[in-house]
Amino acid sequence: MEPIKTFTSKTVALPTENIDTDQIIPARFLKATSKNGLGKVLFADWRFTADGALKPEFALNKPEAAGARVLVAGDNFGCGSSREHAPWALYDYGFRAVISTSIADIFKNNSLKNGLLPIAVDAATHAKLLAAPNAEVTISLEAQTVTLGDGTVAKFVVDPFSRYCLLNGIDELQFLLSQDAEISAFEKKLEAK
Amino acid sequence: MPRTLFEKIWDAHLVRAATADTPATLYVDLHLIHEVTSPQAFTWLRERNLKVRRPARTVATMDHSTPTTPRNKEGKIPVLDNAAAAQIAQLETNCKDFGIELFSLGTEGQGIVHVIGPELGVTQPGQVIVCGDSHTSTHGAFGALAFGIGTSEVSHVLATQSLLQNKPKTLAVTVEGQLKPGVTAKDVVLAVIARLGIGGGTGHVIEYRGSAIRALSMEERMTVCNMSIEAGARAGMIAPDEITFEYLKGRPRAPQGAAWDKAVAAWRALPSDPGATYDREEKFDAAAIEPMITYGTNPGMGMAIGAKVPAPANASDVKALAYMGIKGDEPLLGHKVDVVFIGSCTNSRMSDLRAAATIFKGRKVAPGVRALIVPGSQRIKKAAEAEGLDRVFTEAGAEWREAGCSMCIAMNGDQLKPGQYAVSTSNRNFEGRQGAGGRTFLASPLTAAASAVTGKVTDSRSLV
Repeated sequence: MEPIKTFTSKTVALPTENIDTDQIIPARFLKATSKNGLGKVLFADWRFTADGALKPEFALNKPEAAGARVLVAGDNFGCGSSREHAPWALYDYGFRAVISTSIADIFKNNSLKNGLLPIAVDAATHAKLLAAPNAEVTISLEAQTVTLGDGTVAKFVVDPFSRYCLLNGIDELQFLLSQDAEISAFEKKLEAK
Repeated sequence: MPRTLFEKIWDAHLVRAATADTPATLYVDLHLIHEVTSPQAFTWLRERNLKVRRPARTVATMDHSTPTTPRNKEGKIPVLDNAAAAQIAQLETNCKDFGIELFSLGTEGQGIVHVIGPELGVTQPGQVIVCGDSHTSTHGAFGALAFGIGTSEVSHVLATQSLLQNKPKTLAVTVEGQLKPGVTAKDVVLAVIARLGIGGGTGHVIEYRGSAIRALSMEERMTVCNMSIEAGARAGMIAPDEITFEYLKGRPRAPQGAAWDKAVAAWRALPSDPGATYDREEKFDAAAIEPMITYGTNPGMGMAIGAKVPAPANASDVKALAYMGIKGDEPLLGHKVDVVFIGSCTNSRMSDLRAAATIFKGRKVAPGVRALIVPGSQRIKKAAEAEGLDRVFTEAGAEWREAGCSMCIAMNGDQLKPGQYAVSTSNRNFEGRQGAGGRTFLASPLTAAASAVTGKVTDSRSLV
């Protein structure tokens, strides 16, 4: 996994609240046995008509959204199913951060393991971001800040361990594997019960 | 210090406590896997040359992408979709290679992962249970801490039988009093979600308590805990009691003999201590709960079945009602229905089928309506057939299918056509959830069956 530190990108805005993982990637695309290549079906039913044509009015399909790596979405983004295919699809499409006023728990956990930053900001900052779609923002994971074009700096919080893993491009499994002796000791206690 | 049910289970599973810089490491008693969210996890194990640490603590089944169509002459359920067939074959290979017990398509033990765990008795009080599926919260009905995880975490559990977790907050949902006739566990949980909202439980584990919850059967408790995630809570739980023990006693994988007595003694210590405190509490009056139905595109958009659809309050509401093709300030009762789906990990157990059968008996599915009845497991299918429920359904003109997730997830051939309206006993009414362009009203098996026989959204109490 690539480390994330600081990056600047334009945004794309989807102000709808409660965007669930069935919208991010519909279930019929979950028959994949690899995590790669899911970007092409990201928001499939919002991006494409039933016969596969692009819907020009959808925010991601507009020319000014090209190259945006930051998605600004309505409250409670990523609710619903536990499918990790949702952050896989967002990442594969090119997104590196999702900003909302709140992010659903399982989606947040899954994103942190896949180099996609789930960022919850205050309502005022969120409103500014939604009001200026396609504006540039700078995200610093080191400082845990989002800097807007007008100089506004908003703080966000990523739990310290996930932050450490993302900054250094390492995964959590190695850390768990390093606890082998403690896990064995726990299992011994469990068997004795 | 008095502790809650959640805190007791959390404390008992700490391999390593949290520090300022690292989350807690939690031991997992039971890991359930299925074909859709596990393939990549096994790929990563192979890439890193890792084994499954405790294969006996993982149980596999197939349910999401499996068809529920009738068996062929050889008694097999044919899988015609190549991608689904490949996914199913991969689960078979993975389980064989890593020594994991698998309940394959069409075999006696197969079914929806959250139905077969309790049925086998592998789901037990006091456990930490995880699965790559958000409805893992179902198992919390037994007084377990059960929650959904992503595929990365599936690989963590396979490799280490442990998970890194930040401690959630606790939310007590207290339901006191007696439910009115015709009001079911599904209506209780839809009423809870309607009040909390789809994100209202985020960051919390719910403990359902109060006299109305204690009066529920295990199957009803599973329906309630199942939908905790629809309020944003990763887990929902109910203290184990005599009803729990009675359900588990004699199940194939439940402890037997002296081990049973020892287990029950330990389980009796699990309920929250008097004086234990929660981060938050929400109280409900059971007698005030009506049969519920959803009108929008998330499970929080629910109301009493006789109510009028609330006028949209913001752009998201406007979008939802436009998708549903309905208007605010109008009733849903009498709205046309094309499909009725009775099934899913929420409502596919014996008591759900029996409730539906009370409505279908002596009646016919309305002309032009398709009604699918999908048992949650092969065992339930067999038991329902032994009681003659299948004949009640088929004589009414409903389809009686093989076990699986079916039209709840619409990735197995069972799906709505664009624009169709369904009354479904499943758990999600998201846009396209039951098929692209399909529109879902979530409700209880009673409401679903009543709507099937009238062809429109119907309060089952009007048929009695």
